[in-house]
Amino acid sequence: MAEFFASLVPQFAWDIWNWFPPLVHYLVITLFKILVVMISVILIVAFSTYFERKVIGSMQARVGPNRVGPLGLGQPIADVIKLLIKEVIVPSQSSKFLFVIAPLLTLIPALAAWAVMPLNSDFVIADINAGLLYVLALTSVGVYGVILAGWATNSKYALLGAMRSAAQIVAYEIAMGFALVGVLMAGGSLNLGDIVEAQAGGVSQWFLLPLFPLFVVYWISGVAETNRAPFDVAEGESEIVAGFHVEYSGVAFALFFLAEYANMVLISTLTAIFFLGGWASPFEGWTFLNDISFLSWLTVGGLHWLFLKMCFFMYTFFWLRATFPRYRYDQIMRLGWKVFIPVTIVWIAVEGAMAWFQVGPWSGLGA
Amino acid sequence: MLFQTILFYTFAAVMLGAALGVVFSRNPVHSVMLLVLTFFQAAMLWLLAEAEFLAIVLVLVYVGAVMVLFLFVVMMLDVNIEAAKRGISRLAVPGIAIALLMVVELMQLIWLRGKGEVGSGGFAPTPEGYSNTKALGSVLYTEHVFAFEMAAVILLLAIIAAITLTMRKRPGLKVQNIAEQVAVQAKDRVRIVKMDAEKKQ
Repeated sequence: MAEFFASLVPQFAWDIWNWFPPLVHYLVITLFKILVVMISVILIVAFSTYFERKVIGSMQARVGPNRVGPLGLGQPIADVIKLLIKEVIVPSQSSKFLFVIAPLLTLIPALAAWAVMPLNSDFVIADINAGLLYVLALTSVGVYGVILAGWATNSKYALLGAMRSAAQIVAYEIAMGFALVGVLMAGGSLNLGDIVEAQAGGVSQWFLLPLFPLFVVYWISGVAETNRAPFDVAEGESEIVAGFHVEYSGVAFALFFLAEYANMVLISTLTAIFFLGGWASPFEGWTFLNDISFLSWLTVGGLHWLFLKMCFFMYTFFWLRATFPRYRYDQIMRLGWKVFIPVTIVWIAVEGAMAWFQVGPWSGLGA
Repeated sequence: MLFQTILFYTFAAVMLGAALGVVFSRNPVHSVMLLVLTFFQAAMLWLLAEAEFLAIVLVLVYVGAVMVLFLFVVMMLDVNIEAAKRGISRLAVPGIAIALLMVVELMQLIWLRGKGEVGSGGFAPTPEGYSNTKALGSVLYTEHVFAFEMAAVILLLAIIAAITLTMRKRPGLKVQNIAEQVAVQAKDRVRIVKMDAEKKQ
């Protein structure tokens, strides 16, 4: 395949390409990879808004968007155009610079975290050793956008939303970090690619089963971290209008929207990587599938598996939103501090004991 | 190597600028954000020195947690700039003294390094496959395990102290009993009364 595409490029183009020093090659290839990943993420985000409205629509016995294009598939594009041509209003009493930069601060970490994401067995933009820490660090930086938006707007409702969101994210980040400690104990590495490799061998080898409590904690914390229903007190439209983004309109609002969905996609993908074997196929160890010719592709891992797992978790996000009423604020805090953190600490201890007695798939610990 | 040098000076310049901004900014929230930028630049410098674990942990702990709480507090305070300025002149003398002391110490270090008495500035690039995290962990949990445990105990002590200081039992405080709330049934809240239809008057 690669040779075929290489033969399409004329020789003089190759000569020009080879004339550049390796540093330029590296930069161009990396920039190209970044572009591909960014555009895919933004497309996924655009269509997940459509997906969300369809899913929630059918859960509430409605049709959802069906006017723009076939099956309403043009809806995200129409939304984008609408938001782009609306006027951006900057409140006169606001802190202008921070007001403008806040949506960017929420969006950038959500996109930057994709740098260490292993999309299949050999595609990853930056294969760094501390990948898991990098992801954790970046997801924790995203909260600044929300806080600054709330403060810079100079409005009571926005500030209240920012306060709620900050307290919530700080609380759930701890549980999230502890859940990841369990993952890295089991995977024996901070490199996301290695964590996926450690789960090779089908469903039974996934961390989902031995780390089930951590999986639940991580997933729910992820929902809380992205400020999605039922943890969306930061927006709380019934009491504080729309929380931190009350005064945002047009493109600035679109950026917040984009960041929220990009974060959801990110958390979904991360959960798939940490607990569901990432790009690995769930049927990997099932050798009898290889004998049946039309089913043998099932055992091969690849991007499509990661995408399917991601879609499943995105669906769960929407499912939760359509199912549960919003949590009361004190209940959120209680769940984060008094339930999740003890659960994770206990399970890490259990995991340690299991590893000591060599029960379960703790591949990395012996080495 | 040239590329790295350019990166180093860029990061260092931004870091110094941001650090100055922290001091000179008139708005406390801007100061906090500039401090965040300073931390980021410090992390970048550590990354250049191939200390990726420390760099990322700096971002994770300081930027991701400590500074968020800081911002939280600063945003809630209504800081009076004029009053704060009056305080500055009072603290100027000890402040300048401490700054001078730090400058002298730094100069000493640089001077000693120039004479080759302290380990030299350049260091060999780490070999392929070397994991910073693993290296740190293997030292921390073997040689320095006692100090590590001590740090853990001190931190635990601090947590308990902070909680005991802030947790006051006020008389007459109304709190929810979550278990009771969760266990509530419809029949506890609603009483259905059967009655005959009333006649029209």
